[in-house]
Amino acid sequence: MLSSALLEQLTATPLFAVALTLTAYLMGMAIFRYLKQPTWLPAVLIAALLMAVFLLISGLQYLVYQQGAAWLTILLGPATVALGMPLYQQFPRIRELWRPLVICLPVSASMAVVYTLGIAWLMGLPEPVLASLAAKSVTAPIAMGITQALGGTIPLLMGGLLITGVAAIACVSLATRWMNISDDRLIGFALGLNGHAIGTVRAFEISPTAGAFASLGMSLTGIFTALLLPMIWHLMG
Amino acid sequence: MALGGFLWLVSFWLIGEVVVYLTALPVSSGVLGMLLLGITLALRGGVPDSLAAAAQPLIALLAMLIMPGVVGVFFVAGELGGQWVAIILSLTLGTLLSVVTTLWLMRRLMRGQDAK
Repeated sequence: MLSSALLEQLTATPLFAVALTLTAYLMGMAIFRYLKQPTWLPAVLIAALLMAVFLLISGLQYLVYQQGAAWLTILLGPATVALGMPLYQQFPRIRELWRPLVICLPVSASMAVVYTLGIAWLMGLPEPVLASLAAKSVTAPIAMGITQALGGTIPLLMGGLLITGVAAIACVSLATRWMNISDDRLIGFALGLNGHAIGTVRAFEISPTAGAFASLGMSLTGIFTALLLPMIWHLMG
Repeated sequence: MALGGFLWLVSFWLIGEVVVYLTALPVSSGVLGMLLLGITLALRGGVPDSLAAAAQPLIALLAMLIMPGVVGVFFVAGELGGQWVAIILSLTLGTLLSVVTTLWLMRRLMRGQDAK
């Protein structure tokens, strides 16, 4: 527990939150490498856990931390735009596959929603929870808009996104082993389509090709889901 | 110089904002900016050095930029009580099924294309 006067002094500028974020991230990366890059525990999750533990121990409010860290997270916008570069560089390889991609995307992006909501419904989860989980495979900034349109809650959505992203990395790793798949284009596409930004980060660890296909899968899933899900949701009442 | 490249990225994000404002599309300006940047580079035929110098490090930092949002998840866990088990189960099982669907379908379609 840090004294509240000291916390107040430190959080007067965003620099404390920035330093904490950098520290947690670098420590998370170091632990991730030390553990030999486990697919079930990505570096983002390790860093976030370290950060959460620090907040609990120090008594620093999450909202105060988040406000300071916004100084960094604002870069998420330009960083997402930056994904357009690998997308362009891999464009010839994407064009080669445009027909399979165009057929696979709507089917897979729809099934990502249907499977999870089907299971959640069978397990008796109430409608507001279903509304919060529906956009679980969509990248956060788009998913937030969808969730608001469906009447879900944002914190629960963020939890769903985290679990889905981590699960997607583990599932892709497992499934490609079972199915004997070693094509980076396929692996990347599956990571981005199902595991949004967390899966895309993982894909860039595999190869630039996997990363570009993940960026493509992530952006198309986001757009497809954003355009259709709210409409279908309201039709089904 | 990476600064010029950074201005590219921020500008495309802002263009995305304007498109969202004008069309009321339920899509984020970052994703629109990404697609517009890809199209622009394709039309232009090449990546300027300054853009590569700014884009590369930012992409490498993506995980760090997501992290502060992820931290918040641990502070809402308590509010859902006993529903967590069902939520985690439906998300992981649903994700496993959709990953297998994606891989299976995509592999089938790619083989079909190669066969032609």
